Amino acid sequence: MHELSIAMGIVKIAEDETAKAKSNTVTKIELEIGTLSGVEIDSLNFVWDAAVKNTVLEKAEKQIFSIKGKGKCADCDTEFNMENIYDCCPNCGSNFKGILKGKELRVKALEVI
Amino acid sequence: MCGTCGCGSDSNGPTILKPGEHKHEHGEHHHHDGHSHSHNEHHHNHDGHSHNPKHKILEIEQNILQNNQVLAARNRGFFEAKNIFALNLVSSPGSGKTSILERTLADLKNEISFYVIEGDQQTLNDANRIDALDIPVIQINTGKGCHLESDMVFDAVKQLDIKNDAILMIENVGNLVCPSMFDLGENKRIVIISTTEGEDKPIKYPDMFHTSDICIINKIDLLPYLNIDIQKLKDYALQVNPNLQFFEISATTGEGMDAWYKWLKKNII
Repeated sequence: MHELSIAMGIVKIAEDETAKAKSNTVTKIELEIGTLSGVEIDSLNFVWDAAVKNTVLEKAEKQIFSIKGKGKCADCDTEFNMENIYDCCPNCGSNFKGILKGKELRVKALEVI
Repeated sequence: MCGTCGCGSDSNGPTILKPGEHKHEHGEHHHHDGHSHSHNEHHHNHDGHSHNPKHKILEIEQNILQNNQVLAARNRGFFEAKNIFALNLVSSPGSGKTSILERTLADLKNEISFYVIEGDQQTLNDANRIDALDIPVIQINTGKGCHLESDMVFDAVKQLDIKNDAILMIENVGNLVCPSMFDLGENKRIVIISTTEGEDKPIKYPDMFHTSDICIINKIDLLPYLNIDIQKLKDYALQVNPNLQFFEISATTGEGMDAWYKWLKKNII
């Protein structure tokens, strides 16, 4: 369950940034999580309450933007949507590709008071 | 080139300046052609949702794994400076990570300096197995944790007192999911799969195979008793990661270990 580590990482970022802004409460947090990032949003939701307890995020509304996977074939340059990290190029069948989108794991913004 | 906006400041080539000098003033050229905005003016009404004006928005855009990656980069720099070849061994529990290590260390310890970091949730068992071979070893017990992180390796490395020109083997917690996301600063990641695990493991747990450089297929001595198609396993693995390099070995009989040893020796010189 590495989502707990991920949640703790989010808490650390929120604590640091909130302190820098001389605030003490986060009212909303926006996250960007790619579908190929290896983080299950359901699992993250599951550990969230335990991870944020007694932190600046305890009362924060959490908004997650899920980012769909997109790849570009290294052999024929076709851009294609990726469901799985092992999807091959739909045009030429090559497994050599660059992942353009879907690996995101970011704290996009915090709303603080 | 101007470090602020990337515009060329002199068409005749590089500009040589002393500290404190800057050839063009940024106030003079307009980075926002045609539009100007002041931050007080724009309301955060993007995406059709609005925020309470008393609240402050911090647009931080920070990678959640940044902390781990920064410390991993620090580890990597340390390894490079001391010519330490660091390997991160990952697999599901029971595929033979420790047995491969034991055999490798026993066979090569007179030629190469080895150091080992063992990661497990509990017990010193694995460290004791390595210690029995007179190899410097440190055990990290993660407690409830399911993977090693770069700060744990950082702390362990400080205690190991590694000499130059060595190989550091980091045996991760047995888990084919979580360790894939955490860079430890290793030179190469080695995923180990045993013949008893089934040929479709690579596509069932693709992240680990996607992030690894080497795939060791262990327990090939059991092949006569199993219903597994090794070529199919490799095809699945290559579908996930076309750059994977394979070694087929048996840590029990020693079959196939020579190619693996050759690869290790090549990387330490």
